[in-house]
Amino acid sequence: MKHTISVLVENEFGVLSRISGLFSGRGFNIESLSVAPTLEPNTSRMTIVTTGDDRILEQITKQLNKLISTIKVVDFTSKDFIARELALIKVATEAETRAEALRIVDIFRAKVIDVTPKTYTIEITGAPGKINGILELLRPMGVKEVVRSGPVVIGRGAKGVAG
Amino acid sequence: MKLTGSQILLESLKCEGVDTIFGYPGGAVINIYDDLYDSSINHILTRHEQAAVHAADGYARCTGRVGVVIATSGPGATNTVTGIATAYMDSIPLVIITGQVPTPLIGNDAFQEADICGITRPCTKHNFLVKNIRDLARTVKEAFYIARTGRPGPVLIDLPKDIQVNTLEFNYPETVELRGYKPTYSGNFRQIEKAAKMILEARRPVLYVGGGINLSGANAELLALAELTRIPVATTLMAMSAFPQRHPLALGMLGMHGTFCANMSVTECDLLIAIGSRFDDRVTGRIDSFAEKAKIIHVDIDPTSIKKNVAVDLPIVGDLLDVLSKLKESFDQKTEQLGVFREQLREWQSDIETWRERHPMAYQPSDTVIKPQYVIQKLREFSNDDAIITTEVGQHQMWTAQFFSFSQPRTFLTSGGLGTMGFGLPAALGAQVAFPERQVIDISGDGSFQMNSQELATLVQYQLPVKIVILNNNYLGMVRQWQQMFFDKRYSQTVMELPIDFVKLAEAYGAVGFNATQVDEVETVIQKAFATPGPVLINFKVSREENVLPMVPAGKAIHEMVLAS
Repeated sequence: MKHTISVLVENEFGVLSRISGLFSGRGFNIESLSVAPTLEPNTSRMTIVTTGDDRILEQITKQLNKLISTIKVVDFTSKDFIARELALIKVATEAETRAEALRIVDIFRAKVIDVTPKTYTIEITGAPGKINGILELLRPMGVKEVVRSGPVVIGRGAKGVAG
Repeated sequence: MKLTGSQILLESLKCEGVDTIFGYPGGAVINIYDDLYDSSINHILTRHEQAAVHAADGYARCTGRVGVVIATSGPGATNTVTGIATAYMDSIPLVIITGQVPTPLIGNDAFQEADICGITRPCTKHNFLVKNIRDLARTVKEAFYIARTGRPGPVLIDLPKDIQVNTLEFNYPETVELRGYKPTYSGNFRQIEKAAKMILEARRPVLYVGGGINLSGANAELLALAELTRIPVATTLMAMSAFPQRHPLALGMLGMHGTFCANMSVTECDLLIAIGSRFDDRVTGRIDSFAEKAKIIHVDIDPTSIKKNVAVDLPIVGDLLDVLSKLKESFDQKTEQLGVFREQLREWQSDIETWRERHPMAYQPSDTVIKPQYVIQKLREFSNDDAIITTEVGQHQMWTAQFFSFSQPRTFLTSGGLGTMGFGLPAALGAQVAFPERQVIDISGDGSFQMNSQELATLVQYQLPVKIVILNNNYLGMVRQWQQMFFDKRYSQTVMELPIDFVKLAEAYGAVGFNATQVDEVETVIQKAFATPGPVLINFKVSREENVLPMVPAGKAIHEMVLAS
């Protein structure tokens, strides 16, 4: 089963390799990982999407907590949360497909951020499913390049995850 | 007054109560060694950095204090890796200080540069690269705190050469503030009450005890709990000295080379109380048949150990000292129920006695050839109760665990988790430095001994009276045993073709050596060695193809043992 985990870490030398090394060393999966500093000084927040059964997820959570550099671990899977991902998509366009591409962009509330005679570059944010959706529709035109950020997540409601 | 980085390091070590360092100098730590030249800290020069770490490890295992190592950058640092991984697997508190090339050169493939923080990340509890002298004292403070608290482990500090030279006012911090590190010491009261209830409901309980008992120092609490409840105690390799092996409640070692009695008890029990142990594959054998009929209580200070390999009915996270004391207090208030419980254990105890008598730990004695097990028994007979025994890894290690009958805490130092050949001699060296007056014996095989035999020089230089026992069968015996049992006796690369004169080797270093080839020499040569001051090596020519039995073949359940005939 897919799990989305937020990890608050000390923003220090080598912390990313501590986390990624833990996953590779113990044979855990990383489907995506995004990381950036938070408002707290010296703190970064990672969002990791991983897969595994309950036993593996319990180990992942415990092992992450065991790292000295880890401040807090939250598995959002059983909680109410919002996930958003950014994707940049370069799609090949011919004269006859340009209008169709724009219609798709419109329907998905995406944006064209760069145009050449043969391509559109599209920016889209949304839940990972939405990005999969637009890719599905654009694929027949010829997707030349896709860059996805991997999802970041935040819990619904007033309560925040603080270090 | 301003101090240099290397002076700050040594002052910080003194603040941590360090009086002994094991190490080896080099270009990137030359400033530290210059300050050590007139320091009050005692430095032991080993002949290899790996041995320095094992020596510090042996020192830490027998004292419970943090072992300290210094090595230079590059090859000096990479040589420490096996030692660090050994300590990590057995949760031994160490602080390893490595020199590093100057900060402006890091990443330039400078002379003797290695990314030792990157290399040791998976085998340290934590590691630090000090990039600013302002962080140095705090880093040392944190390193010692992390190494010795919670589940202990090795911590490495990588110290670039320019930081050792820079100067700063020395202020040692009084407290440690680590947002992400707060070990749980106090066991949850309600969980402990539940455990007491589960124990009182059990009819066939077993305590399955691991190295955590020694690490926590909860030996007396374990003994008190076992005696109060009369629950039998099976011990892992790491816990052979954690519970007196001649105690009527002792079942001996469990697992791959465990006693028939311990393995049958665990297989048939209805409640397994795991204390400071981690369900290692060498203990459990085939995991789905391990303690199949039992509910499991698991007490450990490290939450990741719990439910890692087996499902657990009742987890308790906490320091064993705390949890076992609270558990005993709980029983102290349940005298009546406890009386009934102990009455009901009689049937279980008689089952256990039957197993014990049916297949006691045994071997075929001989008048013509020295049996390795006989040597171990004789060593036990002639050594003091507080003698510290170290081993290398292989058959001799298992025979020591099976036949030595340890009686005092922290007297058996062995590489359990990583299984590092070459551990025993330097570990004995470290133990002898810690306890100059106690007997220290390294029990070794002819294969393992050669992995760190250069440490004979260190023993002689510091006149450390370690007694080295080589059970010499001219084989890499444990691998040979597997080849005999599972590979049609195809002894691929396990025959040590070259007969080595170990006595001459000892003498070349200035130590004393004895050979024993006849059974009737065993006692006299042991007595002679113990009576000889300084380091002594005894080379026993033992029966070559003796096997370690019982043995649970890989993939089998622990009750499916191959027994001694």
